[in-house]
Amino acid sequence: MAPLVPDIISEDFNFIIALLIGIAFGFILEQAGFSSTKKLVGLFYGYDFTVLKVFFTAGVTAMIGIMVLGHLGWLDLQLIYINPTFLWSAIVGGLIMGAGFIIGGFCPGTSVCAAAIGKLDAMAFIFGSLLGILVFTEAYPLLEGIYKAEAWGPVRINEFLGLSPQLFAFLMSMMAFAAFFVTTRIENKINGRITQYSKSLIIKNSILPSLAIIVIVITSLSPNREELILKRISEAERQKKCKFREITADKLASEIVNSHYNINVIDVRDSASFNKWHIPMAINIPLNDLLNSEFRSYFTQTHKRNIFYADNDTVAKKACLKAKYMGKSDNYILKESTLTFYNMFFNLSKPSALSVKEDKDTYRFREKAAREMNNMVKSLKNVNTPVLKSAKKAKGGCS
Amino acid sequence: MSKTYMNPYIAGLFLGFLLIITVYITGRGLGASGAMKSVVVASVQEAFPQHHEQAKFYKEYKAENPDGPLKNWLVFEVVGVIIGALLSGILAERVAFKLERGVRVNNLTRILTAIAGGMLFGFGSQLGRGCTSGSALSGMGVMSLGGIITMFAIFGSAYGLAYFFRKLWLK
Repeated sequence: MAPLVPDIISEDFNFIIALLIGIAFGFILEQAGFSSTKKLVGLFYGYDFTVLKVFFTAGVTAMIGIMVLGHLGWLDLQLIYINPTFLWSAIVGGLIMGAGFIIGGFCPGTSVCAAAIGKLDAMAFIFGSLLGILVFTEAYPLLEGIYKAEAWGPVRINEFLGLSPQLFAFLMSMMAFAAFFVTTRIENKINGRITQYSKSLIIKNSILPSLAIIVIVITSLSPNREELILKRISEAERQKKCKFREITADKLASEIVNSHYNINVIDVRDSASFNKWHIPMAINIPLNDLLNSEFRSYFTQTHKRNIFYADNDTVAKKACLKAKYMGKSDNYILKESTLTFYNMFFNLSKPSALSVKEDKDTYRFREKAAREMNNMVKSLKNVNTPVLKSAKKAKGGCS
Repeated sequence: MSKTYMNPYIAGLFLGFLLIITVYITGRGLGASGAMKSVVVASVQEAFPQHHEQAKFYKEYKAENPDGPLKNWLVFEVVGVIIGALLSGILAERVAFKLERGVRVNNLTRILTAIAGGMLFGFGSQLGRGCTSGSALSGMGVMSLGGIITMFAIFGSAYGLAYFFRKLWLK
């Protein structure tokens, strides 16, 4: 599951990727005409709306695309960089940038493009930008107040407005298409061209909007990956057609003692109960977090068996079902509950002298297993700490 | 390759897909001004090492970027931008030392306004945590509230001021 950095692509190789992405970025910007200052400011005087058209098409495309990737469960939207909101600095910084845009005729990205093909004014703009940044870094102690004021964190605009991402994407697309329509008319009027609507032009121009709307509608009507898994689980439960492979407490204890390297004992209770007491060598993945990407590797591997347990077997079964829909791992549930396991091994009462031999054997086995399990926990203290792949949130932005 | 510019909607579509690929691979968006900041910080470090050690901004920057200012994703990306733009310019035969300006201003005015505009944009991009690419475009892609506010502020302010600076650009 994406993002591919840092788990699948290393941080260092990411720099090569940055270079390649930059090449594509620069190529597209130059091809679109962003290396010409007259084309850039045209948008503010109405004679050339190229910038607005490129910018909004790109923004809406990316917005819909990222939403779809998240919906399909291919990209973890919790891990990507969401530019944090600092209300005052966002507004004041934006206003100052706007002034820089209309006076200087570039923005940083486009000035780099233009300078690359020899525009002298763009080189002057870059020089100015470096000076402006230097002013900021030197005056930072004075500006820190406004820079850090009203920190709202990485808020998504749809959450802020109380809308679903699909509805917001739809509204934004509609806004963009309306803007394209109106600006083209303005452009034609100012440049003395007549706006004509031929049939082929209308058809050509409705391809992209229709495509965007179709994609948004499909995403809002279809369940996302997590919903899909939960739906399958409830169906399977209703039809009672799922079979669970169970393992008894005695068998589990002997596996922990003899071949702990072959199994993952997974406690699906909350972390408070886990910390109070858990089966030796167990790891904790609370039921509600089971679908999180950081645990995915447990359910996609095929060389260790997963054994789930909880305080009752409905919870363990639910966990087992979730795991089943996540990957191909070999999943079992513990027949007994946590408490029963505890009582069987760590709260033993000695059988009386009159007990049958079988009971005495069981007692000896459990008592020995408990001792060995405790010893293992002690001796494998460090091995036992699960190597949790902390799902790392991407850093980004220009700050 | 043709010497005319690409259709803006097609270019926008390409740019949008590039942003999706970037987020998919790296988890972050595109940017530009961050690389300029890296250059500034590296220059200060080189020219005034003592000041670099003491001033608050550089100390905070160093804590966040322990590998140094130049080993930075955006620096590599912007080097790529230069290569990509040059490549496109060569193919479209647009590479030339040239100064573009409005008909009513002379070369000196254009250079000075470009520097002044750059200063404002550079300063603003630091205050706003990113420029048109890093904050507005990438922010819009991931539906960031701050990014979209910055986008409206940039375009709103440029429109609002366009009338006063019309002599720089129009006949």
